[in-house]
Amino acid sequence: MSNVEPPLHELKREYIYDGFRQLMPISLFVIVFGVAFGLAAAQTGLSDTSAVLMSTLVFAGASQFAALDLWGEQVPVVPLIITVFAINARHLLMGATLYPWLRELPVARRYGVMLVVSDANWAMAMQAFNRGKPGFGLLFGGGIALWAAWILGSWLGLHFGSAIQNPVSFGLDMVMGCFLLAMVVGGKKNLRMFIIWTVAACSSLMAYWYLPANSHVVVGALAGGMLGALWMEEKQ
Amino acid sequence: MNIATAGYGTLVIILIMALVTLATRWGGVFVMSFVPINYRVQQFITAMSGSVLVAVLAPMAVKGDDGARLALLTTAVVMLILKKPLPAITAGILSAALVRQF
Repeated sequence: MSNVEPPLHELKREYIYDGFRQLMPISLFVIVFGVAFGLAAAQTGLSDTSAVLMSTLVFAGASQFAALDLWGEQVPVVPLIITVFAINARHLLMGATLYPWLRELPVARRYGVMLVVSDANWAMAMQAFNRGKPGFGLLFGGGIALWAAWILGSWLGLHFGSAIQNPVSFGLDMVMGCFLLAMVVGGKKNLRMFIIWTVAACSSLMAYWYLPANSHVVVGALAGGMLGALWMEEKQ
Repeated sequence: MNIATAGYGTLVIILIMALVTLATRWGGVFVMSFVPINYRVQQFITAMSGSVLVAVLAPMAVKGDDGARLALLTTAVVMLILKKPLPAITAGILSAALVRQF
């Protein structure tokens, strides 16, 4: 590594602003997801304050929807913890994949930027790092954009959610899927990666069908990772 | 064990969810701080980062309707041709919307 290039882990204010700006388009779609959550929360009987507080403190859409499924006059604690943990366990893997760069940060910043990690900003940050560009602006600035959008959307959904009749018929449920796929396709591609992804996909499907609910992401990701560790690239 | 959603119960439930989620956001980083980063670990991490996304997407494609599948296919094709995410995502969503109108 040369001394002229800025270090990849650098977290300057302009990088954070730039990350915020770059995640704005996808944040607009996150607002729509948030609206769907706010609407569902209102229909489940959560108060406005509770729903917005949940989005603010939890900031993990799929697990929040799952919590609504468990909601009633009583909420079972252990199933709630298991469900939330299993759905969000991919964050563990995201933190691990970012670690080679995170370890260069002071501890407070290291854990600070991870407060807002989610699928979209993590994928953008990893892609930047893999291209030799700084990624923590995308992770943190982009994370703040997504977080704000999620809270705003949840609030809008509580008040105006009924205005969106059927988001699925407009394809809006596919936004995150298409985004993540674009990140996969835009990444490094060769026969080795393709075989690793195939193993990850097959393992994920097997887990989806035959293992406990919500285990498929972790199983698929670990299977792909282990194959990558066993079948290493030639060192350049 | 159950928590009633009346009174402060809801707040307690939200705090539990927030703590569990925070543990997932911090846990991977914390564990890795005890793992020496050698070449094999780097290869594991690189392979796993793409695999996370693939593992999210595979059931989405298999259990989804034709709209979902066409959306993913369109996104992949447009991304391969243009190499720009936003047109690829837009094309994917539009194709799902179109299929679902009929």
